[in-house]
Amino acid sequence: MITVNGLHKKFGKNSVLKGIDLKIERPGIYAILGPNGSGKTTVIKSILGMVLPSGGQIEVFGQNISKRWKYRRELNYLPQIANFPGNLKVAELLNMIKDLRRMPSEEEHLIELFGLQPFLKSKLANLSGGTKQKVNIVITLMFDGQLLILDEPTTGLDPAALIVLKRIIKDEKAKGKVILITTHIMEFVEEMADEIVYLLEGKIYFQGTIKELTKRTNQSDFQHAIAEISTSQHA
Amino acid sequence: MLKILKYSFFDLVRSRWSYVYLLFYLALGFTLLFLNNDLSKAVITLMNIIIVLVPLIGTIFGVMYYYNSREFTELLIAQPIKRSSIFLGQYLGVAGSLALSLILGLGIPFIFYGLFKSAAIWDFVLLLYTGAFLTFIFTALSLNIAIYNENRIKGFGYAILMWLFFAVLYDGIFLLSLIIFEDYPLDTFSLTATLLNPIDLSRTLILLKLDISALLGYTGAVFKSFFGTLLGFGISIMMLVVWTLIPVFTYLRKARKKDF
Amino acid sequence: MKIAGSILFCFLNLNLLFAQPTRIEVCNNCETSRLIAALQMASRYDTIILKPGIYREYNIVIDKPITLLGEGEAVIDGENKGEVLKVVSDSVHLEGFKIINVGTSYTTDYAAIRIEKSRYFKIRNVRLEKLFFGIYLEKAADGEVIGNTIIGDAVEEFNSGNGIQLWYCKNVKVIDNRVEQVRDGIYLEFSDNIEIENNISSHNVRYGLHFMFSNNDSYRGNTFEDNGAGVAVMFSKHINMSGNTFKKNWGAASFGLLLKEINDAQIIGNTFEENTIGINIEGSNRIQYRNNEFISNGWALKVRGACYTNTFTDNNFLYNSFDISYNSKINDNIFEQNYWSNYSGYDLDRDGIGDVPYRPVKLFSYIVNRTPETIVLLRSLFMDIIDFSEKVSPVFTPDNLLDAKPRMKRLL
Repeated sequence: MITVNGLHKKFGKNSVLKGIDLKIERPGIYAILGPNGSGKTTVIKSILGMVLPSGGQIEVFGQNISKRWKYRRELNYLPQIANFPGNLKVAELLNMIKDLRRMPSEEEHLIELFGLQPFLKSKLANLSGGTKQKVNIVITLMFDGQLLILDEPTTGLDPAALIVLKRIIKDEKAKGKVILITTHIMEFVEEMADEIVYLLEGKIYFQGTIKELTKRTNQSDFQHAIAEISTSQHA
Repeated sequence: MLKILKYSFFDLVRSRWSYVYLLFYLALGFTLLFLNNDLSKAVITLMNIIIVLVPLIGTIFGVMYYYNSREFTELLIAQPIKRSSIFLGQYLGVAGSLALSLILGLGIPFIFYGLFKSAAIWDFVLLLYTGAFLTFIFTALSLNIAIYNENRIKGFGYAILMWLFFAVLYDGIFLLSLIIFEDYPLDTFSLTATLLNPIDLSRTLILLKLDISALLGYTGAVFKSFFGTLLGFGISIMMLVVWTLIPVFTYLRKARKKDF
Repeated sequence: MKIAGSILFCFLNLNLLFAQPTRIEVCNNCETSRLIAALQMASRYDTIILKPGIYREYNIVIDKPITLLGEGEAVIDGENKGEVLKVVSDSVHLEGFKIINVGTSYTTDYAAIRIEKSRYFKIRNVRLEKLFFGIYLEKAADGEVIGNTIIGDAVEEFNSGNGIQLWYCKNVKVIDNRVEQVRDGIYLEFSDNIEIENNISSHNVRYGLHFMFSNNDSYRGNTFEDNGAGVAVMFSKHINMSGNTFKKNWGAASFGLLLKEINDAQIIGNTFEENTIGINIEGSNRIQYRNNEFISNGWALKVRGACYTNTFTDNNFLYNSFDISYNSKINDNIFEQNYWSNYSGYDLDRDGIGDVPYRPVKLFSYIVNRTPETIVLLRSLFMDIIDFSEKVSPVFTPDNLLDAKPRMKRLL
C-alpha cells in the first residue's frame, strides 16, 4: 500500500531524513515513533505530499505520488495542530470540507460519539483546544479512505473522548485499512499498534511488532524497550 | 480553486477586519462628500489616500492572512486538491474581499451623492479600478514575502519595508536621480521608472485625468505622448496586469515547491 | 400728437436738405459692377450697397467718407493678390459684407481691412476668412470695431498675421468680435485708451490678446480659450482687466495671462480655468488682484523675477495642482483673505477665517521649477512628506509668503 524508497529530505543544510525505506502492505495500525526531531512528522508529510522529498521515491496505492494529488482521495489526515478559520462555524467547516472532497461522509455518527452537537453553531474561534481536536478528528474520519494518517491524535482529548477514539480506530482497522499514527503516549501504542516503526536520526532504526522489539532489546516490556533504544543511542 | 476562493472570500468578508476596512471607506467617502459636495474634489483627496492606503492594507492583510491560515492551509494541502488551486484560491479570496470592501465602501457614498449624474464618474471608475489593481498587486507581493519567510516577525517587517519602498523610498530615489541627472534627457528614464512602480503607475494614470493642466506644462515629449495617447493608456493598464501576474506566478511557483 | 408730427416732418426735411445721400448699388449685372468704380463715382457721405455676389477686387482704397453696406452674401474676393480694402479717410462706415483670400507676404502686412490715419470709422458685422492680417488699424482714432467675425487658418507663427491689430491708435472700441485661428487674436502696440469688451478669441496660434507698450486700456468680459497662450500684457501701464475668462490655454509654459513689466494694473473678477499656468507674472508691481477665480490650473500663479507690492485678496483658488510657484526667497506681496481649496486648517472662533495661516508655496513647486521633469512625482506620498516638512519649517520658500487670513468658505 505504501512503499518508500531511499527517502531523503533536507531542510536547508539540515538533513532530516537520510534514506528511509519503508514498506507497508498489510492493513493494520502502524505507530511511527522516535525521539523529537527524528523525522516522524516529515515522513508522514512526505507521504501526504506536503513535504517534497530531496531524494527517493514514494508510492501510495502503487502510484508514484510526485506531482500528483488525486491519490489523497483515499487518504485521511489528522494534523497535529488544528487551527481553522475562526469565523467559520463548526457545521460550516464540516460542510466546506465535504464540499471540497465531494465524497460520501458519515459525520453524524461521529458528531454524536464525540458529543459535538451543541457546538455545531459555534464559531471555531470560540472552541476549547479539546473540542477543536474533536472537530479535527471528525473531519478526518468522516470519509471512508483506505489510508489514515493521525499525527498526535490524543492531544487535548479527555478520557471519554480518548476511549471513543480508540474504538473508532479499531473499527477502521477492522475494515481493513492502514492506519499510521505518531504519538508520545506509549500506553496508547502498546494498546493499539500492530507494528512499530522507530525512527532515529533520519533513518529507520526498527520496524516490526512490539514483541520483536522487546526481544531485540532484551527488555521485559515495551516501555523499557523504547527507553533502551534511546539510551543505547547515546552510548 | 473556485471553492477555495469562495471559502477564503467568505471567511474574510465575515471577519472583523473586513468590516473595519469597509466601514473606514464608508466613513471616508461620506465625510469627504459631506464636507465638500464637489465630487471631483473628493476624487483628488481620495486618490491621495488610495495610493498610499490600499497598498498598505493589501500588504498587511496578505501577510496576516498567510500566517493566520497556515495550519488551515496545511489541512487543505492534505486534502485531495491541487496545491496551486489552494493558493490561487486563497489569494483571490483575500484580494477579492479587500477590493470589494474598497469598491463598496467608496461606491456607496458616491452613488448616494449622485455619482451617476456627475462628470467625475470616469475619474472615479478609474480610481476604483487602479485601487482594485493595487490591492491585487500588493496582496500578491506580500504573500510572496510571507511564503518565503517562516518567521512572522521577519515577514511582517519585510512586508512593511516593501510597502515603504514602493510608497515612499522609490519616489525619493526617483526624485534624486532626476535632480542629479537634470542635464540629461530624462524622458525615457521617467517613463521607465514610472512603469516599474505600481504605485507610481497608478498615480500617473489618475493624474492624467485630474491634473492634466499641470502635466501638460511638462516638456518631456516622450512621456507626454506616451501617457497622452490611448496606446500609452493601454500599455499602462497592461503593466498593472503584468504587475499582478508576476508576483502571483512566483507565489504559486514557490507554493508548489514549498514544504509544509 | 400734432406737435410730434410736425417735429418729425421738420426732421425729414432737414435730412433731405443737408445730406442728400446717394445710394449706389453694386452688383454683377448692375450699372456699376465693380466696387472700385462705385467708389470713384461716389461723393462724400454717399452709401454704396454691395448686392449679393462675389467681387474679385483688391487694393480698394476708400479716400472719402462713405458708408459701404453689404447685402446678403456680398463677398469681396482678394484672390490672394494683396491688400483688399484700405481706408484713408475719416468717417468711413463698413458693414455687413465678407472679405476672403487676402494675400500673404513675408515683407508686407497685407490686411483685409486697413484703416490708415483716419478717425470716426465704424466696422460692423464684417466677416473675414482666409486672411493674413484681418483688421489693421494704423494710427487711427475714435472708431469702433463691433460684431465682426474673423476666422483664419493659421498654423505657424511666422507666416500668419493678427486678427485685429491696433498700431498707434487711440480711443477705439473693440466689442463683440469673434477671432479664431490667426496669430494673435487682438494685438495692440503703442495704443492707448482702447476698450476691448465681450470678444471671443480662441484657437489662435500665439496669443488671444496681446498688449505691447500700450497704456490706459481696458478689456472686460472677453473669453480667451485654447490659444497658444491666453493674453500677454507687456510693458504697459494702467491696464484694467476684469470679468474675462481664460480657459484651456495648454502647453509647456503656456498661460492664461502673462504680465511682463506691468505696473499699476487691476485684475478683478476674472476666471482662470484649466490653464497650464493661470497667471505668469514677471517684474510687475503694484497690481491688485481681486475676486478672481483660479480653477483647476496647473499653477494658479507663477511669479518670476522681482514683483513688489502686489495684493491678492478675496480670490478663490480651487483645485489647482499648485497654487503659487515663486522663484525668489524675498516676498513683498500681500496674500490675504483668499479661499484656498487646499487649505486644511480649522476655524475654532467661527469667524469664517482659518485660525492658522495658509502657505500657498510648496517645496515641490520649487523643485519643479528647478527640474521640470520632477512633475511626474506630483501627488506622491514622498512629495507630500517633503512638502509637509517644508511647511513646518520653511527653508527653500519665503517664510513670510502666507495668507494669514485664509477664508473657510469659497467666495461666491
